[in-house]
Amino acid sequence: MLKQIAAVKLRRRACRIKSSHGLLILKGQNSPFSRSFRWIPLFKLPSFCPPFLVSPLQIEDIVTHIQDETDGVPIRTVKSFMTKIPSVVTGADIVQWLMKNLSIEDPAEAMHIGSLIAAQGYFFPISDHVLSLKDDGTFYRFQAPYFWPSNCWEPENTDYAIYLCKRTMQNKTRLELADYEAENLARLQRAFARKWEFIYMQAEAQVKIDRKKDKTERKILDSQERAFWDVHRPVPGCVNTTEMDIRKCRRMKNPHRVKKSVYGVVEEGTQSQSPIHTPSQQYRKGTKEDVEKEILFLNTQLDRHCMKMSKVAESLITYTEQYMEYDPFVTAPEPSNPWTSDDPSFWDLESSKEPSQQRVKKWGFSLEEALKDPTGQELFLKFLESEFSSENLRFWLAVQDLKRMPQQEVAQRAQDIWTEFLAEGAPSSINLDSHSYERTSQNLKDPGRYSYEDAQDHIYKLMKSDSYTRFLRSNVYQDLLMARKKPETEQGRRTSLEKFTRSVVSVLLLLLSTLKTAFINV
Amino acid sequence: MAAEKAEMDALKKECDALRTQIEAARKAVNDSSMSAASGGATAVGRVQLKLRKTLKGHLAKIYAMHWSADSRQMVSASQDGKLLVWDTFTGNKLVAVPLKSAWVMSVAFAPSGNLVASGGLDNICTVYNIKAASPKTLRELDAHTGYLSCCRFLSDTEILTASGDTTCCLWDLETGKQKVIFTNHIGDCMSLALSSDMNTFISGACDSLAKLWDVREGACKQTFSGHTSDINAISFFPSGNAVITGSDDCTCKMYDLRADQEVIGYQDTNLNAGVTSLALSSSGRLIFAGYDDFNCHIWDSLKGEKVGVLSGHDNRVSCTGVPADGMGVCTGSWDSFLKLWN
Repeated sequence: MLKQIAAVKLRRRACRIKSSHGLLILKGQNSPFSRSFRWIPLFKLPSFCPPFLVSPLQIEDIVTHIQDETDGVPIRTVKSFMTKIPSVVTGADIVQWLMKNLSIEDPAEAMHIGSLIAAQGYFFPISDHVLSLKDDGTFYRFQAPYFWPSNCWEPENTDYAIYLCKRTMQNKTRLELADYEAENLARLQRAFARKWEFIYMQAEAQVKIDRKKDKTERKILDSQERAFWDVHRPVPGCVNTTEMDIRKCRRMKNPHRVKKSVYGVVEEGTQSQSPIHTPSQQYRKGTKEDVEKEILFLNTQLDRHCMKMSKVAESLITYTEQYMEYDPFVTAPEPSNPWTSDDPSFWDLESSKEPSQQRVKKWGFSLEEALKDPTGQELFLKFLESEFSSENLRFWLAVQDLKRMPQQEVAQRAQDIWTEFLAEGAPSSINLDSHSYERTSQNLKDPGRYSYEDAQDHIYKLMKSDSYTRFLRSNVYQDLLMARKKPETEQGRRTSLEKFTRSVVSVLLLLLSTLKTAFINV
Repeated sequence: MAAEKAEMDALKKECDALRTQIEAARKAVNDSSMSAASGGATAVGRVQLKLRKTLKGHLAKIYAMHWSADSRQMVSASQDGKLLVWDTFTGNKLVAVPLKSAWVMSVAFAPSGNLVASGGLDNICTVYNIKAASPKTLRELDAHTGYLSCCRFLSDTEILTASGDTTCCLWDLETGKQKVIFTNHIGDCMSLALSSDMNTFISGACDSLAKLWDVREGACKQTFSGHTSDINAISFFPSGNAVITGSDDCTCKMYDLRADQEVIGYQDTNLNAGVTSLALSSSGRLIFAGYDDFNCHIWDSLKGEKVGVLSGHDNRVSCTGVPADGMGVCTGSWDSFLKLWN
């Protein structure tokens, strides 16, 4: 063993193991994924086998080789107290063998691979129910090929019941049932109450067969059988590697597959079904209405204008190219990625009122981007105010709020929005085409969260095509984008000038409206 | 009887004819391939990510996870009967929600951060208020006749669910009633994704089809075929124009809504494991797909090449998620751990 340890060196050249199946297991330095293995299966997995990290044939290859008399690990009988422990090997030996023969440099990686193989039950610790590999003196035994997962075992509860029953018949303290096993047995006795006699008889028959075997052989077989059940009925808390996704379990994918019993039990009549297995759903038979609906749907599809693939590709590529500088996987964020540096300053900067040039640039990608960022939204609103068209954005925001409101407030809020933006003489009257206006006022007879969908859509398009493009060309935006800093005094002067202009304009408007009212009253 | 049969045959013939026409229309616009067009795109090179954190706390298989809109909190669901809300920056558990039924398959975080929802074999979507002193059940949405495979909030007042009974459903959380039922799939719905404007959503099902739906109308707008087995995962491309799907047939595909067909496929002869989950980086350039082979493989979405792998889980990767700010990716596995990478 010491020789083996000394022999483990950092190797950079490719290592090949040719197996009886003709499989090649390569680990090459040219592999882009230097820490992982590229398994090259020569056989396609049967479709009903549960998925594995590597194909069962490859694991079996490893497991066969590792037990080889000359090239494998030292499997021997160990003397312990009053007894002998037959056919065991230490965890450390297994790890060493894996490192040497699979060309693994890191013992942790060898343990990982070993644990994956152990989890499927190809070898197991003799005094524990937890199927993983430890790099120490813990004793492990190899599983009998009969119990290998590649045989696609899906043992029924009847088999498990027979097994647990058998265990209670064997008068050995070390084979006593664990708590969870006793619970399982009690549960199965209730479930199989009617055929318990049959199960009991099968268990008795198994015990008789076992008694005929040699003592050492029995020790080994008992442990292998237990390990098999540790895989298929794991200790609570352990991950069951044989379990299929419960969403898929419900549909019997292969009803033709012959179900076999671990103990060769042949049952007459229907086989016991686990509560999760139900026959596949009977899909609705197509009625005339279904087909007519289908025709309508297909006609709509046909009418749809398909964009050329070249244009589609171009559009997708342009999008990713534009956003790649904002994608932390491609471009490292400034000052740092909080996940990497544990420094949240990036997040603080993103939410600050002082936007970076990069953030400001993003507002120019689309109106959606500008509105997504609260600072961008604020700036856009300010710009609209300067153009006296802020009512559009304020309407849009109000409708967004409406959609998230609790039901009891919806009707009132919808009414308020109408009064503010759409009614005759509304203070913030928006410009809506007559068609949308009609539709909206109809909707308001029964106000709901989505009464303004049409109007909102229209106003959004208006902002996008009109105000937004001007916003991008405006000084307020361009200044931020170019990070132009204005000297304090000049800014002060501009602000006060703006204020003066605004107040003059508002006075004029007030004058106009008073004249208008006066005119109407005349 | 004979007359009815003849009528049905005629209608079916019409259907087939229309389908042929649609196929022809699709072929007609197929003037180029994405892989050819992306030749000029910037290369991403090999993507080698590091494991930043492992979140330990669940005691059994993790079936689902979902990021909060703040890109910092995240909720995960495990068959140990708990939902855990994590602060991924510190690694701390913020809230633990005990579930009535341990057979949970899906979890969602509301954009406001106030609510989480979960559901599974119990056929019910339960919504919890996690801002209360201790998590309180807000609503139990009970009308599906099949398991709940996926759920997504539109707001604190509306939620979408996908179910094994082949339908998707829009619920009003204030009344707890169904608002719109989306029927068209003929297989269990496995996954759904909401568009950013929340007017449409896409669903993937065991009938190997992906469908685009209008949320308000309840109608199926487009159907995408091509997969040969169950679609387990589905996501929008960030621009909202394309859809990425992951399937049991071991491939992922991108469909464009405007071209109405598959644009590019992601497959590798060495990959023999089904796709369980997927997530996109914020630019859409990288696809993180979780597989049954215990790994999460990284694809270049434009060139269709594998550019990296995340190994480290001891069992199937059941869920993958990238937060809104795109800082990293989270993988959840049947080995009961959540791992954060970037």
